[in-house]
Amino acid sequence: MSFDQSEVEKIAHLARVAISNDEAQHLTADLSRILDLVAVMDEVDTSGVAAMAHPLHMTQRLRADVVSETDQRERYQQIAPATEDGLYLVPRVIE
Amino acid sequence: MHNKSIIRLSAGLRSGDFSSVELTRHYLQRIHRLDKGLNSFITVTEEQALAQAQTADKLLAAGEGGVLTGIPIAHKDIFCTQGVRTSCGSRMLDDFISPYDATVVERLAGAGVVMLGKTNMDEFAMGSSNETSYYGAVKNPWNRLKVPGGSSGGSAAAMAARLCAAATGTDTGGSIRQPAALCGITGIKPTYGRVSRYGMIAFASSLDQAGPMAASAEDAALMLQAMAGFDQRDSTSMQQQVPDYSGTLNDSLQGLKIGIPKEYFDAGLDTGVRQSVEQAIKVYTDMGAELREVTLPNTGLAVATYYVVAPAECSSNLSRFDGVRFGYRCKDPVDLEDLYKRSRAEGFGDEVKRRILIGAYVLSAGYYDAYYLKAQKLRHLISQDFKQAFDEVDVIMGPTSPTTAFAMGEKSEDPVSMYLSDVYTIATNMAGLPGISIPCAPVDGMPVGLQIIGNYFDEARLLNVAHQFQQQTQWHQQLPEEV
Repeated sequence: MSFDQSEVEKIAHLARVAISNDEAQHLTADLSRILDLVAVMDEVDTSGVAAMAHPLHMTQRLRADVVSETDQRERYQQIAPATEDGLYLVPRVIE
Repeated sequence: MHNKSIIRLSAGLRSGDFSSVELTRHYLQRIHRLDKGLNSFITVTEEQALAQAQTADKLLAAGEGGVLTGIPIAHKDIFCTQGVRTSCGSRMLDDFISPYDATVVERLAGAGVVMLGKTNMDEFAMGSSNETSYYGAVKNPWNRLKVPGGSSGGSAAAMAARLCAAATGTDTGGSIRQPAALCGITGIKPTYGRVSRYGMIAFASSLDQAGPMAASAEDAALMLQAMAGFDQRDSTSMQQQVPDYSGTLNDSLQGLKIGIPKEYFDAGLDTGVRQSVEQAIKVYTDMGAELREVTLPNTGLAVATYYVVAPAECSSNLSRFDGVRFGYRCKDPVDLEDLYKRSRAEGFGDEVKRRILIGAYVLSAGYYDAYYLKAQKLRHLISQDFKQAFDEVDVIMGPTSPTTAFAMGEKSEDPVSMYLSDVYTIATNMAGLPGISIPCAPVDGMPVGLQIIGNYFDEARLLNVAHQFQQQTQWHQQLPEEV
């Protein structure tokens, strides 16, 4: 299985990673080789095999639906690149 | 002092032979003198370390504290440490000061350890050589032209050079065991869910597990004792009793059934490593253990399966790095999409980008069943192999890594050849089982690791089996030159 460059550019867009034309070329080659490695999976018949999402087949436990966290907005916003009045700042989205 | 076991260091602290401040200064001096050539630390927290040491000395003077009180250790820079930069080896988190402590950090601090600093690692724990770190490659103390392994390569190198008394690591596909093998130290990856993942920056959440890296199984047992146990802040933490790991170290191995998987002694295994591992297994039969051949027929699928599951989970986990809430933000974004895309492009290195893209691809519409679901089914088969083997045997033994440490740059241009260096460690993570690597006879002066895999929650037995080997051999006490 191999990628073409336009597919790699599409995936990079989906993953929100900017890539240059040069990088796209390298990534196309690298990702194709990784998919070649992965292709060995196709040789095994897995019909009737259950998918395993958790190594110990456990479901996640639930807790009571009560407030367990305190408001720490100010503390967490101290490490944000840009904030104002308790809000995270990003470039204008709506004109 | 740096040649002493934790128990002897602890006894020295308690009897007043030296203080924790003196011990901490000793390690800090070693770091200043030796780490320029190794690059095993990203951040050295000298001031905090000395303050913690003073607190430990007060406790010790009052006859309080435990066996780890005043013992200087290092944390892999994947564990969040409140008030201290937690970089995860990435430009993305170069200026990230964590607002909270990881549970592992909190528990070890509660046990009285002194934190010397944060160790270097492959970026976001993605790598097997420590060459993907934003802070530069770590060098193997046994030969500085060689890699220390990864991703916990900084912890392994720091431990091998005795720049700390113990260190923490994390293991998603071999990241504790493989660098432990390549650097000649002891490293244990516990059962999935045994140690809390809270505050441990996530790479692949169904595989990641933290564990100690130490000079011996005896020291690792003390570290794991403090780290293990249920944590309600980690939704996959297991509600299982933590046994006394030190209490069973001296149990007899008479009649221990050791499984030898033929798939771990295949053509890809270096001849010298094979001989060293076979010689180590002979030490066990001399102690009264019995060997049984077992088969793990799906071993050959483990690497492929891993490189679907791990990137898929990584692409999802790393989507949080968006340049908005914390971490790197690009300069002068023109719009929100540009902010996301350039922050991630400039903040992540090449290997991380490769894995994010593979992960995004295998999870995307139309490919999910063929890749991700298929991999999860194969994961089931891989874990059934182990289940069947453990019906017959108590532990499984083989090499940790197919070769000794490889040369810097040898595999860094070829991601797939790098991935294959984890061929014997990955399956354990896929199954969620515990595994330990301990040093056996070196090959051409470079360390070799014997891997011992145990059944679920059988860390006590792994430590016992490892400790008994270390009572019969001295490989774990050998130190590289200049150390």
